[in-house]
Amino acid sequence: MTTMTFPAQQSKTHDPSEIVASIRDLRKSFGDRDVLKGVNLDLYNTENLVILGRSGTGKSVLIKCMVGLMKPDSGTINVLGKEVFSLSAKELNDLRLQIGFSFQGSALYDSMTIRENLEFPLKRNLGIARREELKEMVTNALEDVGLAHTINQMPSELSGGMRKRVGIARTLILKPKIMLYDEPTSGLDPITAIEINELILSMREKYKMSSIIITHDISSAKHTSDRIVALVDGQNRLEGTFDELKLTKDPDLEPFFNY
Amino acid sequence: MKLRNFLLRVAAIFRFILKVLKDFFRPPYEWREILRQCFEVGNKSLFLIGFTAFIAGMVFTKQSRPSLASFGAESWLPSLVSQAVVRSLGPLITGLICAGKLGSNIGAELGSMQVSEQIDAMEVSGTRPFSFLVVTRITATTVMLPILVIFADIIALLGSYLTVNFINKTSFQLYFYEVSTNITYLDIFSSLIKSAFFGFAIGLVGCYAGYHSDKGTTGVGKAANSAVVISMILIFVIDLISLQFINLFRT
Repeated sequence: MTTMTFPAQQSKTHDPSEIVASIRDLRKSFGDRDVLKGVNLDLYNTENLVILGRSGTGKSVLIKCMVGLMKPDSGTINVLGKEVFSLSAKELNDLRLQIGFSFQGSALYDSMTIRENLEFPLKRNLGIARREELKEMVTNALEDVGLAHTINQMPSELSGGMRKRVGIARTLILKPKIMLYDEPTSGLDPITAIEINELILSMREKYKMSSIIITHDISSAKHTSDRIVALVDGQNRLEGTFDELKLTKDPDLEPFFNY
Repeated sequence: MKLRNFLLRVAAIFRFILKVLKDFFRPPYEWREILRQCFEVGNKSLFLIGFTAFIAGMVFTKQSRPSLASFGAESWLPSLVSQAVVRSLGPLITGLICAGKLGSNIGAELGSMQVSEQIDAMEVSGTRPFSFLVVTRITATTVMLPILVIFADIIALLGSYLTVNFINKTSFQLYFYEVSTNITYLDIFSSLIKSAFFGFAIGLVGCYAGYHSDKGTTGVGKAANSAVVISMILIFVIDLISLQFINLFRT
C-alpha cells in the first residue's frame, strides 16, 4: 500500500536539503511475523515528527533500527548524512552521540543516583572529569526538566513522570541533533503527560533539534507534532498535520481521532 | 531445528568470549569499575566462604581420622587434610559458593538491566556497555577467585587444626610444619590457576546469561538460574580437566 499524503497547500512544504534523517523501504520481521513492510519517511530539521500507530505496529522497532539497536532485513536508513548500517562500530558510536533516545520505561541506571546517571555519558563520552564542570552540566540539565532537587536521589525514589524527565535530561545532556522519544507519555496520568508534552516542545525550542515521537497517545500527538506519519500494518499509511489526519475516513485510523 | 538452534547458541557464546578477550585488551581500561567489582565480589562472598571452609575443614578432618587411625597413620592427618584442602576442597568450595552467590547475582543484575532497557540506553548513548558491564565483571571474578581460594584454604586448615588440636592436643607448630612440608608449589599454583579459570567461567556464564536474557521478569529468573547451574557444571568440568593436566607434572 502506498502512503497517502494530504494536499500540499495544507501541509507545510519542506525543503529536501533540510532532511536530517530518511528511511527508505525498511523491512523487518521476527520469525514469520512481518513487523515493518516497507516504511518510508523523512525527518526535517527542527521538526517534531510523530509516528502514530497501534501497539505492535513496529513503531519502536523503527526507531531502534535508526540507532542500530536492531538490524532491519532490508532497506536503508540515513541519519545526518550517514548510512547507519554501513558504518564501522566507532563511526556508529560517534553517530549515536548525536542522537538522543528517550526510552519508554526511561531506562535510568537503577544502581546509580540521578547525579551519577547524568554524569555517566559525560565522563565516558566527553571525558569530562572536573567535578565543578560535571556538577554545572548536571545541574543545568536537571533544571531544564525542573528536577534539580532530585540530584542525590535514586531512580527508585522518583515517580514515573519524574523518571521520564530525568531520562530526557540524561539524553539531552549530550546535546543531540536528533531526539527519538519512545512512547513518552505512556503510563502517565493526563497532567504529567501534558507536562512531558510541554517539555518536548520547550526542549525543541531550546536546543533546536529534530525529534521523532513514537506514540499511540492522540493527545500527545496533537500537542507535540508538526507532522504525523500513521503506521498501519507495518507501513506508513497516512501523512500530514494533525488537523489533516483527523479528517481521515480510514477505518484503521479513524478511531484514533474520534477520541 | 533444535540442532541448528544449538549450533547457533554455541556460535553466539564463542563470539561472546572473543569479544570479551578483545575488549579486555582494548583501551580505555575500566580500572575504577574493575576495582569496584573486585570489592563487590570479595565483600559478597567472604563471610560465606570463610564459614563454609571452616566447617568443611573440621568435618573433613573428623571424617578422615578414623580411617587413618585404623592403619595407625593418624599422624598423617595434617598432611592428608592440607593436600585435600589446597588441591581440591578449597577451590571447589569457593567455586561453588561463588557460582551460587556471584553467578546468580551477575545473571540477575544484567538480566534486569537488559529487561529494563538500561543496557540499550548505554548502547545508544555510546558508552560501550560491554566493556563497562561485562569485561569488568569477568575480570573481577577471575582475579578475585584465587584470592578467595587462599582465604578459604587458610580458614579450612584453621578449622582442621582446631579439630586435630581438640582431639590429639597437637601443637600449632607441629601442625604447621606437617602442612608446610606436604604442600608443594605445584599444589599451590595449580590450585590458584584452576580457581582463576573457575572465576572466568562464573563471570562469563553470569554475564552471558544476563546480557542475553529474554524480555520480562521470567527472563531475569531464567538468566539467574542458568548462570548458577551452568557455572556449577563448568566448575566440575574444569576441575576434572585441570586434574588430568596437573597429573602430567606430578612424579
